[in-house]
Amino acid sequence: MSAFGLALTPMKLRQRRVLPGFGLSLGFTVFYLTVIVLIPLMALVIRPFALGFGGFWTEISTPRVLASLRLSFGMAALAAVIDSFFGLIIAWVLVRYRFAGKGLLDALIDLPFALPTAVAGIALSTLYAPNGWIGAILIAHGIRIAYTPWGVLVAMTFIGLPFTVRTLQPVMSEQSQDVEEVAATLGATRLQTIFRVVVPMLLPTLLTGTAMAFARGAGEYGSIIFLAGNLPMVSEIAPLLIITKLEEYDYAGAAAIGVVMLAAAFVMLLALNALQAWAARRR
Amino acid sequence: MSGKFQNPTQDPLLLRIFLSLVAIGFVALFLVLPLLIVFKEALADGLGKAFAAIIEPDALSAVKLSLLAAGIAVPLNTVFGISAAWAVAKHDFSGKTILVTLIDLPFSVSPVVSGLIYVLVFGLQGWFGSYLLDHDIHILFALPGIVLATIFVTFPFVARELIPLMVDQGRDEEEAAISLGASGFSTFCRVTLPNIKWGLLYAVLLCNARALGEFGAVSVVSGHIRGQTNTMPLHVELLYNNYDYVGAFAVAALLALLALLTLVFKTILEWRYADELAAMHRH
Repeated sequence: MSAFGLALTPMKLRQRRVLPGFGLSLGFTVFYLTVIVLIPLMALVIRPFALGFGGFWTEISTPRVLASLRLSFGMAALAAVIDSFFGLIIAWVLVRYRFAGKGLLDALIDLPFALPTAVAGIALSTLYAPNGWIGAILIAHGIRIAYTPWGVLVAMTFIGLPFTVRTLQPVMSEQSQDVEEVAATLGATRLQTIFRVVVPMLLPTLLTGTAMAFARGAGEYGSIIFLAGNLPMVSEIAPLLIITKLEEYDYAGAAAIGVVMLAAAFVMLLALNALQAWAARRR
Repeated sequence: MSGKFQNPTQDPLLLRIFLSLVAIGFVALFLVLPLLIVFKEALADGLGKAFAAIIEPDALSAVKLSLLAAGIAVPLNTVFGISAAWAVAKHDFSGKTILVTLIDLPFSVSPVVSGLIYVLVFGLQGWFGSYLLDHDIHILFALPGIVLATIFVTFPFVARELIPLMVDQGRDEEEAAISLGASGFSTFCRVTLPNIKWGLLYAVLLCNARALGEFGAVSVVSGHIRGQTNTMPLHVELLYNNYDYVGAFAVAALLALLALLTLVFKTILEWRYADELAAMHRH
């Protein structure tokens, strides 16, 4: 406590507060944050523990809940890996190459951010249905996407793509190309330079984008439910099970799943902060 | 290659073509096709049918409700964002990192959980449930709940754009204005606001797009009363589940047009005013 006080004092002596409005702006900020975000989140965290930790565990450990959590997080991880692979290629093409229509390609990347998830959901469902444009081709090869867990994967891949591309782009365009010249001078082929110099340098950023896509995918609801079929134990995602439980007035059960998802989100947030610190040190 | 000079930081032509095709192909398959199918399905029975589905009373009331909810949520979050950015960027205090992390928190929370928390506070079995029932105050399954959920999911937009922008811009101009005798309010209006106006517009644009398109969170708190508590995305879901595909895709096309319009304005802002946006959006 005293170290804390000591750290603050010299700063206060050196610079007096010049700009006005500190109390008002900080006060309103903290008040609004508390009322809109913190208190309601507190209501969620407390709820399932009304029956103690045992009660929370009983809610979570049912096979149906576990299956939904496994589906949401498992498919989100897979989708994030797909997004990071293609995101890396797309960002590279956008930053390094010049071709007609590049501006359009760049602008389109943000479509999943801007398009309401319900719209994306019914569009994907129509495309991948057995008689849809893509679904018909796939079904001819014996692959079924709509109304299976793979539908969850498709929707999560759609929703996560901008996160990996938009995280990589600014870092790629800032990255100095000197090291690539050095690698080339030392006799590396272009592919060796890319895979052993460029990609390792981008690794923290790539992981950051992947983590963001994963977090978004795990919590996603709107774009998935139209495509996934929502079969309990098979293609029912965790957010949907929350809604189902709410409709059955099972508040504690819904809150228990919500707490697990919130805890996962929090862990991802901490992981992202650590990743960004790593990326900043590497740069 | 022998004899000809090859820029060591440029990929070989074949690799360039291959990666460009992969990037364009992936974007076409995952982003462009869903967009196309929305308009194709909306116009399946002609423009007249699509238009009729949009001006039908229930659809119009959904449009009105969406505009109303966004019209309340966006200005509130804008005031909050400006206030938070003023406190964080123009003053020193301890706990700043925690505050900024907490402001970002709603982005990591699943939309369904964002709705769930308000059910746990205002729902029948929630904290204030019986009080609200006794006093005949309707928050859930009514406008206030929809507005709250919309505020939550769009909470960080303005703040997270303005904070890095205003930190970058420093405090010198405001301090000069204050020392020359300007009041705090006129310093804000005549020095700060002109500096951040494009960044603010950018953030409000994205905040508004998300507010109009939010599905998961609003779905939990709305109650789905047709013509009364259905927003545009919820109306899309209702029509789609009732096998009214032309109607669902007509309203979806309206939302998709709004999304495209948002992307166009966003791209214009990024090209024209890149220096006046937060660094992460500069291309």
